[in-house]
Amino acid sequence: MTAVSLDDVAFSYGDIPVIDGISLDVAQGEFLGLVGPNGSGKSTLLSLMLGLQRPDHGEVQLFGESAHQFSDGERIAYVAQDVTKTARDMPITVREVVRMGRYPRSLFGRFSDADHEAVETALDRVAIADLADRRVGSLSGGQRQRVFVARALAAEADLLALDEPTVALDAASRESFYDLLGDLNEAGMTIVLVEHDIGVVTTRASRIACLNKQLYFHGRADEFADSDALAAAYGANQRVLAHDHTDAHDHHAHGAHGHEPTNDSNATSANTSEEQQ
Amino acid sequence: MTGFDALTALAALPFSDLFAPLFVVNTISGLFDWFLRVVVDGVFSWVAAVTGLQFLSYPYMQRAYLSVFCIGIVGPLVGSFLVYRDLSMVGDTLAHTAFAGVAVALFLDATLALTVPPLVGALVVAVLAALVVQVLVEYTDARSDAALAMVLTGGFALGSVLISLTGGGISVGINQYLFGSLATVSRADVGLLVSMGLVVVVGVSVAYRPLLFVTFDETAARASRVHVRAVNTLLSILTAFVVVSAMRIMGVILVAALLVIPVVTVSRAGRSYKHSLWLGIFAGEIAGIAGVTLAYLYGLAAGGSIVLVAIGGFVAVQLGLRAR
Repeated sequence: MTAVSLDDVAFSYGDIPVIDGISLDVAQGEFLGLVGPNGSGKSTLLSLMLGLQRPDHGEVQLFGESAHQFSDGERIAYVAQDVTKTARDMPITVREVVRMGRYPRSLFGRFSDADHEAVETALDRVAIADLADRRVGSLSGGQRQRVFVARALAAEADLLALDEPTVALDAASRESFYDLLGDLNEAGMTIVLVEHDIGVVTTRASRIACLNKQLYFHGRADEFADSDALAAAYGANQRVLAHDHTDAHDHHAHGAHGHEPTNDSNATSANTSEEQQ
Repeated sequence: MTGFDALTALAALPFSDLFAPLFVVNTISGLFDWFLRVVVDGVFSWVAAVTGLQFLSYPYMQRAYLSVFCIGIVGPLVGSFLVYRDLSMVGDTLAHTAFAGVAVALFLDATLALTVPPLVGALVVAVLAALVVQVLVEYTDARSDAALAMVLTGGFALGSVLISLTGGGISVGINQYLFGSLATVSRADVGLLVSMGLVVVVGVSVAYRPLLFVTFDETAARASRVHVRAVNTLLSILTAFVVVSAMRIMGVILVAALLVIPVVTVSRAGRSYKHSLWLGIFAGEIAGIAGVTLAYLYGLAAGGSIVLVAIGGFVAVQLGLRAR
């Protein structure tokens, strides 16, 4: 069964088209990586998938239902880039945040035993039970992102959507965070991950969607590296921006950034093959 | 059931049942009178006798203390859901539009001899303004802070124009709404204030989880299908209730302080969100009670005293945390 289904979806902010004619399906149990250059509409596509925004054209379905009418909130969990400002300032504990995962089921009234149990299990599962009474603001970035994953686990969500969750993390906590996502995916959770680091996505995700307004590639992760989709998607930006000197200059920086992860990817896959030996 | 059936059914009721709601209202206001006369007065007079602080036995001071007691609870309680979303100015905006409500009530009274209690006028207009702010932010391109500034100044402008229309005849009573006052809090005001306080406390208790979810992570809340718009509307309306109940004592201009200052004062000390709510209420109570006491003892403006005590508390807590 498909978790998310996009059919010829288009979306624009005012007159500026951000998503143009994208169709793709995310099967249940899939780990989809969404990649593309800055401003390519990755995050917008993610929020369209979750029904947070409605497409100007085309249709989005969540678990076979129209996305904006979909009402089983507990089946969907969302982890943002970093809610640092609120998370740092607001006096709220890890357990209080993880409990939010149960809110779609128990928005009012008392928490049931099942609610309490799900919260404690989720805390254990991502190994933050010992931090449960700490303030979220006092945690490291990596611990904090685990809290949000625990919230998704407490919800017993079927679909976990993450928007560049590891931007603020160091390499080690990023690795262990993606290990955790891999485990969850193996246990059956559908994951859609927006990620700027192409190396990470191609090694972790089962499928890749590469976009820049339009879909440039959608297929198995191991086929992505061999395709020329990456160059095409990043190149598309270059053509659009080339007529403006400042932007073009700006873009070279992005371009460089875009290549780095590709090298990274080689390094990571080399590591993986060593491990396999 | 057709309309006719309904009419017959209504006619068949014993006459007294039609007035049943009236009896309920009478009973409640009777109970409240008893509460003020016996419980509040009893407690305060006892404290006055024990401490020798004579002013505690004056009914108007008792009403003032009862008012700040309510404000000290509901201000930080609602403010906690505003401050962390950078919505601190919502309180100020609604207070300034509530002033227009007061002006409308006084205007109707002066020109049409239509008696509308000023606080009721304030409540109606503040709730309307809360909804207007929502619409402005959602359906126009206005930035939320610009929308707030427009509604704030618009409300205050409407109030000042209405007052000038009456040829200055009603401006006598305006000062106490602008700057707050201890002496003019009537029994009916306190009644309205206590009931609005109850509404706010019940509202926050019932909607605690959606309020918290939206405050902490609005996008995740939307993804989890929490009705964020409904939660925002509820929060605005609760804020309108708070500013209107606090207006009599604090004054329109300063009323937002108790939504914000106690919350930021305890923000770093709270071990959890619930704990910080209790601490905020504690800080609000200290500021309110100390402020009213100082205002009485030295003949100061009540609202200003409360705000300065609250800010003093904020500074003290920050210094204390730094020293630790």
